[in-house]
Amino acid sequence: MESSAKTAALAKKKSPFAEPWTVTGAILHGDWATKLSILIMGFGNIVRGQVVKGLIFLGIQAAYIYYMVTKGLQDLAMFPSLGWLEQVEVWNEAKGIYEYTAGHRSVQLLLWGVVTISISIAMFFVWRATLKSAYKAEILSKSGEKVNTFRDDVHDLFDDKIHNLLLSLPIAGILIFTIMPLIFMICMAFTNYSKVGDHLVLFDWVGLENFATVLDSGSFVGQSFWPILGWTLIWAILATFLNFFLGLGLAMLIGRKRTKLKSMWRVLFSLTIAVPQFVSLLTIRTMLNEQGAVNSLLLELGWITKALPFWQDATWARVTVIIVNLWVGIPYTLLQVTGILQNFPEELNEAARIDGARPFTIFRKITLPYIMFIMSPYMITQFTGNVNNFNVIYLLSGGGPARGLSAQSGGYTDLLVTWLYKLTIDNELYNIGAVIGIFTFLVLSVVALVTYRSTGSYKDEEGFQ
Amino acid sequence: MSTRRRTMGGRPSAIIGNTFVHIFLAILVIIWLLPLGWLVMTSFRYEPPGLGAYSSSFWPQNGWTLNNYKELFTPEKRQIMDFPRMFLNTLFISIFSTAISTTFVLSVSYAMSRRRFKMRQPLMNINMVLGLFPGFMSMIAVYFILKEIGLLQGDWTYLALILVFSAGSGSGFLLLKGYMDTIPRSLDESARIDGATQWQIFTKIIIPISRPMIVYQVLTSFLGPWVDFIFAKVIAGANSKYYTVSVGLFNMLDKERTAKWYLNYFAGAVMVSIPIAILTIIMQRFYNQSMSGAVKG
Repeated sequence: MESSAKTAALAKKKSPFAEPWTVTGAILHGDWATKLSILIMGFGNIVRGQVVKGLIFLGIQAAYIYYMVTKGLQDLAMFPSLGWLEQVEVWNEAKGIYEYTAGHRSVQLLLWGVVTISISIAMFFVWRATLKSAYKAEILSKSGEKVNTFRDDVHDLFDDKIHNLLLSLPIAGILIFTIMPLIFMICMAFTNYSKVGDHLVLFDWVGLENFATVLDSGSFVGQSFWPILGWTLIWAILATFLNFFLGLGLAMLIGRKRTKLKSMWRVLFSLTIAVPQFVSLLTIRTMLNEQGAVNSLLLELGWITKALPFWQDATWARVTVIIVNLWVGIPYTLLQVTGILQNFPEELNEAARIDGARPFTIFRKITLPYIMFIMSPYMITQFTGNVNNFNVIYLLSGGGPARGLSAQSGGYTDLLVTWLYKLTIDNELYNIGAVIGIFTFLVLSVVALVTYRSTGSYKDEEGFQ
Repeated sequence: MSTRRRTMGGRPSAIIGNTFVHIFLAILVIIWLLPLGWLVMTSFRYEPPGLGAYSSSFWPQNGWTLNNYKELFTPEKRQIMDFPRMFLNTLFISIFSTAISTTFVLSVSYAMSRRRFKMRQPLMNINMVLGLFPGFMSMIAVYFILKEIGLLQGDWTYLALILVFSAGSGSGFLLLKGYMDTIPRSLDESARIDGATQWQIFTKIIIPISRPMIVYQVLTSFLGPWVDFIFAKVIAGANSKYYTVSVGLFNMLDKERTAKWYLNYFAGAVMVSIPIAILTIIMQRFYNQSMSGAVKG
């Protein structure tokens, strides 16, 4: 911790994490070595004896400059236009064949533009961090305090700074495999990258045109957008809450004192988890076909006279996917709730019982809030997971029955995601697909932010300790 | 585990109620396992050649056979769909991706649950926002990126698949963090007084206590590559050498293939499910045991 009174006073002013060595401080009040670090990363650290650290910073800077000179600057230059050079056939006299000249490929240019911009933004933050580090070294060495050696820094990474060590790789993974692709796709929403008008190789920025197309209920996509959005919400709400409450009910039924063979029941129910989801889903789909096993069995038994239209009728298909999703989801809820119930502070129940509370009151006032406290973040992830539940819908109903004749109009059980998939992979309307993705995101943000912020475990993380 | 038996053999109404609960559970279990039972039964089903393997009746009409299984290992069928190879592919990919994603989730959970630092709340908010985007909206972009850096060529495809299944896994920390939040802080504090570093608290105290949830984490990440087929399908593309079982089995039910592969699909599905089922049951048992030994919050 900082020892001088001045730093302590400074730290009090802002958040508990504010430090006296800021970037503006370094630029305005730093000495020559710190100021030189603005241009040469790590210089200040080397001067104060943090050689290894300084050299690492310098190495990062060198790598960045090398990348920009060899590739980055060129990519940035192509980003606004996304290319214009068409690939053309040229007759090669010597070989006697047609050859193709290398034209521009807009997807590639867009991608590398995004990569370069991301790297540059990341570089800006690294630069800030190195500047802070240089200034920190200056302040500490001038006030006669100990400047951390490399060995100290490494030790800190396993102690007070452990979060830096633990978070660096996971965050890098998320940056490269989640955030950058997302930016890339968001960019696509503002282009005309689609088979419409033959823009699969060369395309341009078109502004908000695609958003207007999707929202316009008269256009070919707009007609389907609103109904599909409505069904997506109904599906997500039903799937999430039914899974939770029925799973909770089952867990409590099995967890009752008088229920015998508890672990046998749990194992039997959780057997469905053991079977890969796509296997069970594809199997159930086959079973529920018009001539599938279930219909044949019911016909043989004489319970029905005509095959049940599980996938042919809109309402049947919707109810079926929700019920099959219960089959998929309840075992997971069961596993988790069981764990939480076994970890439940029994004293709470005992105290309530002594006070004369009835079992149902105990459940409502003590057990349920406790479970909800632990499960609510999980339920929100479940809700968003259900809005984006690709597997269940795609493997079961495939989105069908079809809503209209056109392949782009989606089906009655299509969620926004499965429709997005059909639009991009099957119909090559990448730009419209990206817009649908953004709208899915917007819908989810509104719902999730409101609910998440009002749940107990977000407001008060230490609440149940 | 202390069992209290005070009400055993009590009032008749309680006995009837109790019987009813057990009958209800039994019926529910039968419904629950019906699709799995049918899956196993169909994998042994015999259909005379020439009629097409697809058949509609619930019970096998023409007896039983092991051929559906054997065929998956014959050279003729392996030329088209190499099931044993797909199996090993998936195993290989999921072992590595489980190792990576479990490490990631554990690290992030500990940092978020036990440490307080400047970027903590912003990072959690960003993560929540990211979770709201449709997962495979980024799929096409990931595909382009992997292709550009050359990971879709030859055996690099394995690395591509491992990365796809594990690189972004750090964002799935909420559950484990929630569990760690219920571990009393007094444990950390007393270890701190005894001179333990954060690393020691993490590895010697928090990880052992969190074992049940970690097992759950391992289970879910291990199942990822076996369950997901969309990403694997896009990454592996047309090259069946790198198919995972899910892509392979899914392709067996293709319109063009289903007539020849329908029954093989069920055999393959059973073979995939057995090891996973055994693993799940072992883990379930382990989960329950460690639960009863956990520190009560």
